Amino acid sequence: MTKPEPVLEVKNLTTRFNTQDGTVHAVTNISFNLNKGEFLGVVGESGSGKSVTMMSLLRLIPIPPGEIVSGEAIFDGEDLIGMDDRDLRDVRGGRIGFVFQDPMTSLNPVIKVGPQIIEALLTHRNISKSEAHDRAFELLEMVGIPDPDARLDSYPHEFSGGMRQRAMIAIALACSPEVVIADEPTTALDVTIQAQIIQIVKDLRDQLGTAVIWITHDLGVIASLADRVIVMYGGQIVEEGPVAEIYGNPQHPYTKALLRSVPRLDQKGDNLESIKGQPPSMYSAPTSCVFAPRCEYAYDRCREENPVLEQISEGHRSACWWDIEKGATRHDR
Amino acid sequence: MTAKHEDATAVKPYGSDGTPLVSVTDVTKYFPIKFGVFRRHVGDVKAVDGVSFDILRGETLGLVGESGSGKSTIGRVVLQLHRATEGSVLFEGVELTEAKGEVLRKIRPRMQMVFQDPHTSLNPRMTVAAIIGEPLREHSNGNAADRHNRVEELLTIVGLDPKHANRYPHEFSGGQRQRIGVARAIALNPDFIVCDEPIAALDVSIQAQVINLLEKLQKEMDLTYLFISHDLAMVRHIADRVAVMYLGRFMELADVDTVYERPMHPYTLALHSAVPVPDPVVEATRKRIILEGDIPSPSNPPSGCTFHTRCPIAQERCAVEIPEWREVENGHWVSCHFAEESVKMLEAVTGAV
Repeated sequence: MTKPEPVLEVKNLTTRFNTQDGTVHAVTNISFNLNKGEFLGVVGESGSGKSVTMMSLLRLIPIPPGEIVSGEAIFDGEDLIGMDDRDLRDVRGGRIGFVFQDPMTSLNPVIKVGPQIIEALLTHRNISKSEAHDRAFELLEMVGIPDPDARLDSYPHEFSGGMRQRAMIAIALACSPEVVIADEPTTALDVTIQAQIIQIVKDLRDQLGTAVIWITHDLGVIASLADRVIVMYGGQIVEEGPVAEIYGNPQHPYTKALLRSVPRLDQKGDNLESIKGQPPSMYSAPTSCVFAPRCEYAYDRCREENPVLEQISEGHRSACWWDIEKGATRHDR
Repeated sequence: MTAKHEDATAVKPYGSDGTPLVSVTDVTKYFPIKFGVFRRHVGDVKAVDGVSFDILRGETLGLVGESGSGKSTIGRVVLQLHRATEGSVLFEGVELTEAKGEVLRKIRPRMQMVFQDPHTSLNPRMTVAAIIGEPLREHSNGNAADRHNRVEELLTIVGLDPKHANRYPHEFSGGQRQRIGVARAIALNPDFIVCDEPIAALDVSIQAQVINLLEKLQKEMDLTYLFISHDLAMVRHIADRVAVMYLGRFMELADVDTVYERPMHPYTLALHSAVPVPDPVVEATRKRIILEGDIPSPSNPPSGCTFHTRCPIAQERCAVEIPEWREVENGHWVSCHFAEESVKMLEAVTGAV
């Protein structure tokens, strides 16, 4: 295997929100790479920091109350976090595309779909209006929207949910970006429509070779799409690895428990093992393992010291003091 | 519509030899669409369009379908939160659709509901004790002290700390709030609970907690559930029998193993095929039936079989003739002209089943 070439390197990213009720430690010290042409799945529950991480990369969080405390995001040799606004604008929507969860709120309701795609093209590409129109037509065709000419001339509300999401994908892909970040793009859709979108995304990935970060809470969707998976909990990465490893050989107790708590359509299971307790409060900076209060393996050290994300096998990282396989601590203190 | 609403002896799944707790026959629910200054009646949203089924005592009947299929409307029609446009709903043999006043009031405590969104279904200005105590105040004879004890008991049953009875809903997490909703639903020892997407708003790790709680209560209290959900995997886990709904009609109804292992309706097959399984090994080799197009509007449903516009194996007949709701084999009800051949036909057309 050739050594994967990272297109995006995130180092020590920490994002907080300073609210009236206190500081929310949304993302704490996150580092990961995205390789060229790779499909990276990010799983986590609400509040785990998965969206804030990706929004922080492009500085799409409201500042204030948001604050990117530290971190770098190296994209093509340049740091996105420290980049000035003008340069960042060229990256956003140009070289990094974004697909949001709710296409109804991310498309402008009073502008027709065609002009919205064309706007993205004219902003980032040095092309004429008629070239942009042709490209928009091509894009709608590519994402499987029937009768693209009529659709370019329609308002978003005339589209169904699935079609709107297709249009969003078309906009994200308009300028042939190197990276597309998709934040829960199919969560608001019905399963049969979700299956359509997943199929299109699979086809496009094979065609275009774009690197994709796909954020979701749906373990099934990730299993069907991703090459590599990041599992987030309480604003941190708890486990990261190739998709087969994460599902077949999970090493972090949270990943393991999460996989056991979801029923499977293709199997008859008698017992659902729930994860006891509640997700963590994010109002204090993590000083111990964030999952420890809900973890069946937790011991003294877990409640005293936050585990570091360390490599446990090739490409597989986990943040846990306990070695599930050996049934022993991973390190001596 | 050509469905035979007027026929009171219409076919019904699960013959009447068992004693159904709830018996629904040919129920329709149309919501009128009104237009203009004079609120002219210009059409109907046919949310439920001729549905018949029984819910047996002690079972969990799963009801699955996509948004707009009418599954929530059915739940509400059964509970008389919506009144059926036509058809009959029997609860232990008592006709509910015409029941009013004291008759209905007597029955209400026995049929309860757990709502989808625990954030909007609990009054933010009421304490948990007041929320759970409200049905007790309305329908039981005890005094304040009795109610207080019962509230504490209920909180314990659903796994919350009885000391928190005087807190407000916002002080609880989503999963805990759903437990409060469950406590309210079981306060009067009901026989029957409609669970309308009770876990849809919850995080994955919390969903299993609520499901396990519902299962525990069912055993302990002999509850009968109508479990409405779009989560097909969870329905497989919790249900005894499953009904699949599309655009206001039932497509298939059978025991859970039959619906998941040898379904006959092309829509059921496509639905199963669309759900990704949390296992990359399985996913890598899976072939999918991808349905084309979108779900049509229930205000203008397709002619004939409502599914024919998206069905990969639809024939001319399907656009004209509404398929009969028929018992293809014992306890297995399907509404498709080609139920017996559907699997083969789909395989031939899509290469995947």
